[in-house]
Amino acid sequence: MTSLIPFIPLLPFAGFVVNSTLGKRLPKSISGGLASLVMVLSFLISAYLVWNLAQMDPHQRVLSNTIYRWISSGEFTLDVTFLIDPLSAVMLLVITGIGSLIHIYSTAYMHDEIDSEFARYFSYLNLFAAFMLVLVLGSSFPVLFVGWEGVGLCSYLLIGFWFKKKSAADAGKKAFVVNRIGDYAFLLGMFALFAMFGTLEVRGIAAKVATMPAETGFGLLSIATLLLFIGATGKSAQIPLYVWLPDAMEGPTPVSALIHAATMVTAGVYMIGRNAVLFSHTPETLQIVAVIGAATALMAGTIGLVQNDIKRVLAYSTVSQLGLMFLAMGVGAFGAGIFHLYTHAFFKACLFLGSGAVIHALHGEQDIRNMGGLKKYLPVTYWTFVIGSLALAGVPLLAGFFSKDELLFETFAEGHQILWGVGALASALTAVYMGRLVFLTFHGERRHAAPGSADTDAHGGAHGHGSHDSGHDAAPHGAPRSTHLHDAPPAMALALIVLAIGSVGAGYVGVPAGLGGHNALGAWLAPSFAPPVAGSGLAERSAAGVEPTGAAEGEGHDAEHLALERTLMGVSSAIAIGGILVAAFIWLQRRDIADSMARSLSPIYKLLLNKYYVDEVYDATVVRPVQAVSREGLWRGVDVGLIDGAVNGVAAIVDAGSLMLRRLQTGSVRAYAGSLFIGVVLMLGYYLWR
Amino acid sequence: MIPLSHYLVVSALLFAIGTAGVFLRKNLITILLSVEIMLNAVNLSFVAFGRFAGTVDGQIITFFVMTVAAAEAAVGLALVIALFRHRESLNPDAFTSLKW
Repeated sequence: MTSLIPFIPLLPFAGFVVNSTLGKRLPKSISGGLASLVMVLSFLISAYLVWNLAQMDPHQRVLSNTIYRWISSGEFTLDVTFLIDPLSAVMLLVITGIGSLIHIYSTAYMHDEIDSEFARYFSYLNLFAAFMLVLVLGSSFPVLFVGWEGVGLCSYLLIGFWFKKKSAADAGKKAFVVNRIGDYAFLLGMFALFAMFGTLEVRGIAAKVATMPAETGFGLLSIATLLLFIGATGKSAQIPLYVWLPDAMEGPTPVSALIHAATMVTAGVYMIGRNAVLFSHTPETLQIVAVIGAATALMAGTIGLVQNDIKRVLAYSTVSQLGLMFLAMGVGAFGAGIFHLYTHAFFKACLFLGSGAVIHALHGEQDIRNMGGLKKYLPVTYWTFVIGSLALAGVPLLAGFFSKDELLFETFAEGHQILWGVGALASALTAVYMGRLVFLTFHGERRHAAPGSADTDAHGGAHGHGSHDSGHDAAPHGAPRSTHLHDAPPAMALALIVLAIGSVGAGYVGVPAGLGGHNALGAWLAPSFAPPVAGSGLAERSAAGVEPTGAAEGEGHDAEHLALERTLMGVSSAIAIGGILVAAFIWLQRRDIADSMARSLSPIYKLLLNKYYVDEVYDATVVRPVQAVSREGLWRGVDVGLIDGAVNGVAAIVDAGSLMLRRLQTGSVRAYAGSLFIGVVLMLGYYLWR
Repeated sequence: MIPLSHYLVVSALLFAIGTAGVFLRKNLITILLSVEIMLNAVNLSFVAFGRFAGTVDGQIITFFVMTVAAAEAAVGLALVIALFRHRESLNPDAFTSLKW
């Protein structure tokens, strides 16, 4: 059974190999079909293995398969081992399940690309899936890191998929460079851990660290975990390295859904969950994680409130939700964080695919100011988008409600009331901006871009397939386009509907005690956050020690706890519904309020619209100095001055020398004969007189 | 019997005359003739050494030199004719275009 594990990443990899080598000659139906098929197969294998995992004793739930010995050097050995435990099981199902849906969706969405581009797209997408699966299956840091870098590469390739468009190529580069900064810290963290523990096996480190007391000050262990967290801020778009994610929306929309919402960006959260034991021993780092997460959630939420590009609103929403996940991780509620990761994957993928369907229908239009009234033209898209938005906003009984509620409750229960307040505020903002997005996009009257107005964003240079997202030829500007609006084709509708169902139902695996459930997901995950100790009761107790989710579903659940949970649930429900109502009032009834608010609060509005000028600040403090040093120091100084100088200097010396020496080459035969003669005389004279 | 030194003095004189001719004359044909004189000066010393050493090696080498000299004269004169056709001159100082 464990021999099936390698096939989970190998199948998508095989899809990548076929599509990248033969793809140009294959028709779209085969290259797209193959890419989708391998993902579905991978999903089925994952589901089968997870089913088997579920049959096992809760504290022995580990399936692992050692592929081969990667490094063997003296005392140190490192195996490539794939491991399925409850945590990676959840990730596996999310990646392969949602990945399959997005592959299927893409077959319709990318259909206007030429065959070779179509195959290139699917080869990247398959490669991404393979690396992401390596990331979650890897049992040691180096294997995880292989996946970690691989998904970064695929992210770069896919953001810049339409590389002929400058903004897309730039966005790809930005994502890659920003991620490298995080990866550097991640590597340093790995070195530090290796220096301390002499192993890079996650479970080995967990077993060793479990015997140590939690670090009280800010010691070596805290530095190591902080470095790992900096890596996570790069991959998972947290302050200060979140700036690449909104720009990543330059990629095709299904890519945004899969990589930049559902899977890759959650790698940082997963990594902390995977090292829960390690992180629980460094409370200082966890405090930083929680604060950064809350700050990111709030900051991205406020930016999302005023953005006008449908995908950018969703991108900031993703950053914000990731912030909430890190908040959960930071307060030690690992189960709640992973729970939110899991539900978020459903509704955020649903929303992105919905936005893709809108963009597809509108031939590349992304500005919500030029939408409106799409409800009656795109019913499937509308309803799935609404369900996704409600789930994201945290409306009761949908997926996002359970996870977000769990997360905020754990934060409050752990005694972080201020962070809870920030998280609740971010949730309120989520409800408002999602309400705004839905109302502006689907309700009201159809709006068209005034000729020559702000829609240049989406239409860029309107030629070729690279000029706008869907790859359609741009419809004539300003002309009434409602006549040829078409709703999502079957392959896209299928993915939307399945994900909408998931957005409704996914939360029911983790119904909290306050609503009569017993948080099945929390209990399922708990062993993954405990040190790998064999034996029944032991793991349970230590899990409860570091993992409140375990405590929450324990039997000693006092009434006060339940009352608190119910109160907070009421508060967050009220926040969600209130936020949506506020949005409805402003953007359905009184749009002038929004405009007058924007005017009266003009400085704040500008600040938000320009994303707190963070890009500009980074540009001034990092990008420009680095460029200046590169240009003046490295290029003009080292390259031109030193390297070129040495090469050209040698040439100049030879040149100057030959200027003198060539005088000897007179062309006169007699001069040559004379020098020959004198030479011979001198040589003979030397030997004679010696 | 004439001692070896006499032969060598004659040979040296001939060689000096040839060398002077190569450097001083302004006609390529004369220069070629001077080169022949230098070669024959060397031949003379080879033969003289051979005689006084009691071997035939000197004479054999002399035959080689004469053969090469004949070939050299043929090639040299052909070059001279070609040059003359080209430049209407046999002054070696007129042929200095092979330089920087």
